[in-house]
Amino acid sequence: MIQLKDLHKSYQMGNSSLHVLKGINLDIKEGELVAIMGSSGSGKSTLLNIIGMLDLLDEGSYELDKVLIKDLDETKAAQYRNRFLGFIFQSFNLINYKTALENVSLPLYYQGVSRKERQLKAMDYLTSVGLADWATHLPSELSGGQKQRVAIARAMASEPKLLLADEPTGALDTKTSYEVMDLIQKINNQGKTILVVTHEEDIAEMCKRIVKLKDGVIVEDKKVKQVLAAQYV
Amino acid sequence: MFSQDRWQEIFETIRKNKLRTILSGFTVSLGIFIFVVLFGLGNGLKNSFKEFFLDDATNTISIFAGKTSKPYKGFKADRRIEFDNSDLEDIKINFPFFLEYITPRISRGAVVKYKNEYDNYTTRGVAPSHQFAENTIIMEGRFINTLDINSNRKHAVIGRLVAQDLFDDENPVGQFIDMGGIAFKVVGVFQDDGGDNEERFIYIPYTTRQQIEKGNDKVDQIIVAFKPQLGRSGAVAFEKKLRKFLKEKKSIAPSDPNGLFFRNLTDALEQNQQFANVLQIIVTFVGLGTLIAGIIGISNIMVFVVKERTKELGIRKALGATPKSVIQMILQESILITTISGYVGMIVAVLLLKNIGDGLEDYFIKNPYVDLSVALFATLILIIFGGIAGYIPAKRAASVKPIIALRDE
Repeated sequence: MIQLKDLHKSYQMGNSSLHVLKGINLDIKEGELVAIMGSSGSGKSTLLNIIGMLDLLDEGSYELDKVLIKDLDETKAAQYRNRFLGFIFQSFNLINYKTALENVSLPLYYQGVSRKERQLKAMDYLTSVGLADWATHLPSELSGGQKQRVAIARAMASEPKLLLADEPTGALDTKTSYEVMDLIQKINNQGKTILVVTHEEDIAEMCKRIVKLKDGVIVEDKKVKQVLAAQYV
Repeated sequence: MFSQDRWQEIFETIRKNKLRTILSGFTVSLGIFIFVVLFGLGNGLKNSFKEFFLDDATNTISIFAGKTSKPYKGFKADRRIEFDNSDLEDIKINFPFFLEYITPRISRGAVVKYKNEYDNYTTRGVAPSHQFAENTIIMEGRFINTLDINSNRKHAVIGRLVAQDLFDDENPVGQFIDMGGIAFKVVGVFQDDGGDNEERFIYIPYTTRQQIEKGNDKVDQIIVAFKPQLGRSGAVAFEKKLRKFLKEKKSIAPSDPNGLFFRNLTDALEQNQQFANVLQIIVTFVGLGTLIAGIIGISNIMVFVVKERTKELGIRKALGATPKSVIQMILQESILITTISGYVGMIVAVLLLKNIGDGLEDYFIKNPYVDLSVALFATLILIIFGGIAGYIPAKRAASVKPIIALRDE
């Protein structure tokens, strides 16, 4: 699904340049649930941004589903994001004046799906995250966990090949975190490839593979026995 | 551009961000409103100015006769010069190139009676073309005509106030009035924008006046009108030639400053035109100023709106919105808002001007109005600049990496 070869990325900070990723090699198969761990400054968010086509790589190559991702202009990147990727953010990033249903149907709007079909599909995904009754509510009327579930439904709605979650539980309490992880595990069990960036051990334990980053290089890459979140819920 | 889905998305955005919409819409409405109202009031000021100063025809030269101050060709100084009918004819024959029309004017006071009403009025013996020189407006009946002149008919055209004083509600046309003991038939009633005094005159054929005065052919004053296309320089040249011609005919020393007096209205016209132009400049300046203020207002709002939406735009981009679709969305929204609110502001302002009407005449504002084309043009300008003002920050927002936009809390 994902093939990263000798990936480098630096940021220009005034006169000096900050070398954030120093040769990342990573191979992720379809259906994997991978946790990317590391302390802040380890480069894990940068890595996720490059995989998410929110940022460009300097050196190396990136293949997503056998498509070489390079020379992206903004328009192309937007189209790829729309077709291949679903995002889940720490701060949910819902559009605050749109209802839950409208938020979920937004990626479908950019896919050019008709209005009616959009709403049916969005409703399906809202139902699958257990929020059918909250469809007409605004984000401000939802709890943190509910917001993240709407965001997950939105990420799923465009039927992406890959789900990218940047600290999906970072703004949630433990119980809600486990609920969200339970949902992510269930989606993964249906065959979706998911990448989770986190710095919390217990969240990482709930994935099937843990990749640890330190100072821009992968220091550990191991398969783990998945802890099921459902037992805590 | 006309995809129904996109419009639906825009209407939704507008509906759900009422404050923002009202704020930017109000700015545009206000800009157009102030522009149209100020421009209209400026036009009103111009109108009353025109009425004050541009009442009479402005292409006329009045010639008066006086006493000579120098002896010439055997004549002594201090000789009284008089015009007569032959002067009218001679001017007509000698200056066809310059002359538009010519009319004498013989002014006499008279006690005028009708039934039990009577008063003192000034009568003017004139030719038919005098109507153009004074911009006399016929309300009823007709002005003096050529037949009146040729047959010395005792016909009179009376001013609106004369009719009011003597006839009350009765229709004066066809009635006979007594002027200094002679009966005149009223053939017309006129009004004049020059004010009350001008509406207290009575016009009669100059030939009739001459006949009454023992059949002489004397004329007090000659009014000649030059062709307007000659312009100011042509008028000055005409005046010079006319002066030379008349001095020669009346045997007045060429260097004598007295004997003949000319009053050329072009000088007054020139000054009035200049004043009117200054007014026009002020009106235009005020209009442009408010328009620029409106443009700055809408630009500020648009910058603010896009800034406020940076995060939303980042989310949209992360979900697959292309930069083009982001720019299009913002532009379409801003153009929709400016068009509707600009139109509303324009309509309200035009209605207000209509309501004011002549209500501000005491403040020298008469019939304030704005050409529809000017109002539409101003609205269009605001829409265009609103679009540009939206485009620049929208383009910037659309090219910001979504990751940066998302970080923007």
